[in-house]
Amino acid sequence: MILSHDGTGPSRWEEKCWKPFVSEHPERSDDFRSASGIPIDPLYSQDPQQAGAGEFPFTRGIHPSMYRGKLWTMRQYAGYSSPTETNERFRYLLDRGQTGLSVAFDLPTQIGFDSDDPQASGEVGRVGVPISTVEDLDELLAGIPIEKISISMTINSTAPLLLALLLTLARRRGVDPAALRGTVQNDILKEFIARGTQRYPVDASLRLVVDVIEYCAKEVPSFYPISISGYHIREAGSTAIQEVAFTLANGIAYMEACRARGLDLAAVGRRLSFFFNAHNQFMEEIAKFRSARRMWAQICRNRFGIEDDQACQMRFHTQTGGSTLQAKEPANNIVRVTIQALAAILGGTQSLHTNSWDEALSLPSEEAARVALRTQQIIARESGVTDTVDPLGGSPFLESLTDQIETEASKLIEEIDQRGGMLKAIEGGFIRRAIEQSAYEAQIASDSGQSRPVGVEDGSEIPEAPFRVDPSIEQIRNERLKQYRSDRDSKAVESSLLRIEEAAGGDENLLPVLIDALESKCTLGEVSSRLAAVFGEYQDHG
Amino acid sequence: MARSGPIRILLAKPGLDGHDRGIRLVLRALRDAGMEVIYTGLRTTPSQIVNAAIEEDVDAIGLSSLSGAHETHFLEVSRLLDEQQASDILLFGGGIIPQQDVDRLHEAGFQCIYPPGTPLDQIVVDLRTALRPEQTSPGGSP
Repeated sequence: MILSHDGTGPSRWEEKCWKPFVSEHPERSDDFRSASGIPIDPLYSQDPQQAGAGEFPFTRGIHPSMYRGKLWTMRQYAGYSSPTETNERFRYLLDRGQTGLSVAFDLPTQIGFDSDDPQASGEVGRVGVPISTVEDLDELLAGIPIEKISISMTINSTAPLLLALLLTLARRRGVDPAALRGTVQNDILKEFIARGTQRYPVDASLRLVVDVIEYCAKEVPSFYPISISGYHIREAGSTAIQEVAFTLANGIAYMEACRARGLDLAAVGRRLSFFFNAHNQFMEEIAKFRSARRMWAQICRNRFGIEDDQACQMRFHTQTGGSTLQAKEPANNIVRVTIQALAAILGGTQSLHTNSWDEALSLPSEEAARVALRTQQIIARESGVTDTVDPLGGSPFLESLTDQIETEASKLIEEIDQRGGMLKAIEGGFIRRAIEQSAYEAQIASDSGQSRPVGVEDGSEIPEAPFRVDPSIEQIRNERLKQYRSDRDSKAVESSLLRIEEAAGGDENLLPVLIDALESKCTLGEVSSRLAAVFGEYQDHG
Repeated sequence: MARSGPIRILLAKPGLDGHDRGIRLVLRALRDAGMEVIYTGLRTTPSQIVNAAIEEDVDAIGLSSLSGAHETHFLEVSRLLDEQQASDILLFGGGIIPQQDVDRLHEAGFQCIYPPGTPLDQIVVDLRTALRPEQTSPGGSP
């Protein structure tokens, strides 16, 4: 195959990096051409000496062939009402070409309350699916081969429990834990900063995070045990620069916690994943992904001394920006989502969720969820941007933005270092204040008309919400849990819960104990409250 | 019933919802406008909210919800205020609230329901107009 169509012959990158990679991982085609027949190279570069895609520090992408080899995973976040109804939405999306699952849990499940807990009142099934037992999870994933499809779970405080439930389900279905692929978000620090589902104080929370990382390395090696998330930091109002800086600073804090546990950081690095937002500022967003990738590689090498290139690669998921969606003239949101999705793809994302156009009004309707998935498929199949790696790389504007985001975000990380590290910066309120200030400035700019979104000021009415969760789900869940509790061996339950208290008070890895407890039919809420009895409950004071 | 002095507001997030970008923006805008504002933080219950409002002798309570649990929590706050004979406290709310729920919330005493994207000034002006009409010049904020 002719590698270079500009007449300069195969470059160093093609020989050393691309060729060996594609010989093992064939590309989707052996002849990429534009619609008018122009042959397309794997990578275009002004300077053949510069690192190409798949080479440290991975500015241009983590793999040499990127989407020429394999498209990103199309992974739509979904969940509501009950395990059965959510299963129907999952199958609907899979039938239409979605390639990975992403589970949205309701707030009680995320914080560690069963549906029948008084604290869960009004919240059951509202923003996600309630899961308390392995039976619930089995229903959620009915007819879905968990050994074949990767499952991402947006779960943090209760990440160890959802992982434990998944492992219990795998055992029940005869699936080898080593075959399980997917992600638990398990990023508690950004909950304290921006998302608000923390249950325990910071130290105990961080211990649980590292327990999951340590356990997965041994027992569930193909699973990503953490997804370090800038998404919610951005939604809370940060700038793109702050999103990069605070996410990477959280990453540094997790690496330090893993080092303190005595884990092999190169092994940890290979299983880390990240999660970013994509907003409307097209070029800045693309640059953001590229600079984040470059910065993380350098942090791994320089700060943590990781030699293994693969352990320095930043793999990430992207979701389009929920807070950019408008309730007025909501069909316009399809265009916003398209711009954002394209930025994520041009930035080299590994997986993508595209928001539905009606999400400023309610959870997405089935039709809007389909359009969102189709948006990704149209970019993948019809736009041609997947046929060469990092197509905008080398653009002077993009490269300059990439450099400047790196410079500014690095300054912020230095400032965090000077404050004694991310844990101190979070506890002292520095991070929240910085995000709030950015949110305030953005609001003022919007209020004053300086950056007002299109279509919101023409006096048009906000349409009715297209999707409603049936409130009777709460009653149904209550009865189900009551039945579950009456059908179990209450002595075994109590002794499992006592064992949890004992283990939580010591320093052993909690995963084996949690798995035993859930197999003995303890519920998610019961286990969480026992942990809270030992760790204490986090209190927000506003 | 007309009060004088600085307007006192209690802002709260009932239930488990952790989205506090909006309420924190409102907090800042109301304080910048000279109001005395108490924010109770995440995960407060309707009875905690109502008790705090009475104890702090506020003019109004503002509730925020983006998790779809507004009906349960907002209506419970309104019911408890009635029960405590404190329905002179003005109620307002914001967040992701479906249009089809707004009428019912109005009937339960929620003067205004603010969707995302509401200019901060509008909330300030509405509160001044409702709570200190004698100090408000017609058609705008002082």
